[in-house]
This record gives sequence, C-alpha cells and structure tokens, in this order.
Amino acid sequence: MWSYEKRLQFPVNIKNPNAKLAQVIISQYGGPDGEMGASMRYLSQRYATPYREVAGVLTDIGTEELAHLEMVATIVHQLTRNLSMEEIKASGFAPYYTDHTVGIWPQAAGGIPFNACEFQSKGDVITDLFEDMAAEQKARTTYDNILRLIDDPDVCEPIRFLRQREIIHFQRFGEALRITQDRLNEKNFYAFNPGFDTVADCGCNNN
Amino acid sequence: MSNNCSEQNRMLKDISIIDFTLVELTQYLDTHPFDTQAMEYFNHYARIKNQMMQDFACRYYPLTTDTSTDRKEWNWVLSPMPWENVNDPYPLADSTPNGSCNNNSGRGGYR
Repeated sequence: MWSYEKRLQFPVNIKNPNAKLAQVIISQYGGPDGEMGASMRYLSQRYATPYREVAGVLTDIGTEELAHLEMVATIVHQLTRNLSMEEIKASGFAPYYTDHTVGIWPQAAGGIPFNACEFQSKGDVITDLFEDMAAEQKARTTYDNILRLIDDPDVCEPIRFLRQREIIHFQRFGEALRITQDRLNEKNFYAFNPGFDTVADCGCNNN
Repeated sequence: MSNNCSEQNRMLKDISIIDFTLVELTQYLDTHPFDTQAMEYFNHYARIKNQMMQDFACRYYPLTTDTSTDRKEWNWVLSPMPWENVNDPYPLADSTPNGSCNNNSGRGGYR
C-alpha cells in the first residue's frame, strides 16, 4: 500500500529551459543507474529477505526513490517547458521530441529505453544487498558526472540533494548487510542463499 | 496576494524540512530499532509534521487525501501539482482553489 503527498521531496523551480541538460538528466529517470531502476530494484527485492530490518530498509529507501523519480521528472519537465522549435533543433533534442514531444519517458541519456535488466532481484539477500550498495555508488557517480555538465544553480541544487541521498542509502544498505551477516550461522556464513534453502538437504551435507 | 503566496511556499518548505528529518530518522531506525533517543526525535517531529499537514490543508489545500478538509469543492484535484511552476497561470482560473498562488477568490481558509 502506498499513499501520495502532493509535493516534491525537495523543491524544483527552474526558470530557464535547457533541452541539452534535459537529455542528460533524463538518464536518472530511466537510465542504467536511474531512479526507476532503483525504486523497482529495492521494492522487488523485499520479499527475499528473512530479516525485517532489511525489508524495512528496502521498503523505505525504495519509497524514497519514487519521490526522487518524481523530482527527476520535474527537472526534465521544467527544462523542456516553453522550448522553441529553434532550440529543439539546435540542442540535439529533435530525436526525443520526435517520439515523445516533451512528455516524460524513461530512457538513458544515450536514448536506450528503460529495461528491467538494469537491476537484479536474485532471491538471495546477500547478493541483493551487494548489488544495492553498488547501485547507490553508481547513481552517485552519475550525479557527479551530471554536476560537472551543468552550471544552472536552479538545477544544481536538487541534483546535489539527490547525490547526497545516494551516500546515505549506501550507508544504510551497509548496515543492512552487517545485520544480515551477523545473523547467518557459521555453517552458511560463506554459503549464503539464506532466502531460499537455508535448511535444504542436497544429499551432500557433512552433518 | 504575493504575501499569501510567499507564506504558502514558506509553509511548504517547512513541511519539506520536517519531513526530511522524518525520512532520515525512519531509515536510521530501520537498522537501529532500539535507539531510544532516535525514537524520541521521531515522535517529536512526527507530531510537528502532522500538525503542519493539518494547518496547510486548512489554510491552502490538502497535501494528502486524508487531510482533506470539509469544503464544497474537491480541493485535492483543484490545487497545483508539484511540478507546476508557482508562477504559471492556471488555465481554468474559475476553478482554481484558494490554495493556488494565482487566485484571490477568497474561498477556503480556516474553518
């Protein structure tokens, strides 16, 4: 169950349209390390963890990623509002414009559409948490790359906020991993797969 | 009118600040569920946010359907979406509720 609050997590008020920037920032909507992949990754992975703390972290961070998805969409929307045809032609925005006008559609900066293969849900809490920590760092790097490409303070401020959240989420997933490893017993500490066959007898157990 | 508008934006910003504190505390508490000091902070700011959401709904428009106040019109849908620029004129001015920054019909307010 979810409920909606009719406000952005962090304010976005962009005064000057800029189609070049929009094409770069759309990657954090539907690109390989974007917020759509982040939210779907964490919300999908929840069912495979045996630990409530980890399910809680996945739920609450996954929910925050939906708020980030809305912020990124708002940035792209406000950057493409009131564009002239001359600006669309001159900025390289014409290919996107042809298919989507100035609607919001999940794709990477290079035009590759969003694909569920950009994240995993492996059914193994250790595997999933390592992916999650890597995902936060990849998203942080992407925001760093975006920040090097932009100089409009109206755009920089919300992007900086989003970048900082990746760092906090990396920390929380690290704690979730520590909690998980602390609870694995010594027999499966290295074997992992606690979400599936912790007590399975495959016929080759030494005990 | 501009005073009303800046007051509305100030309240919205205050809600964002308090809610951010709650988001941080929620995620921290998920991995530290027995930290009593963090829980005290959470309870304190949760009460403040609840009151702010009620106040904002009374004065402007509801940010959630469950803070929707008793009015003749469905203010939830007549109020601005979060991606709208606060200075953009709303095309259906007659149906724009009191909460929107570009209307001074005088409807709404505290009841």
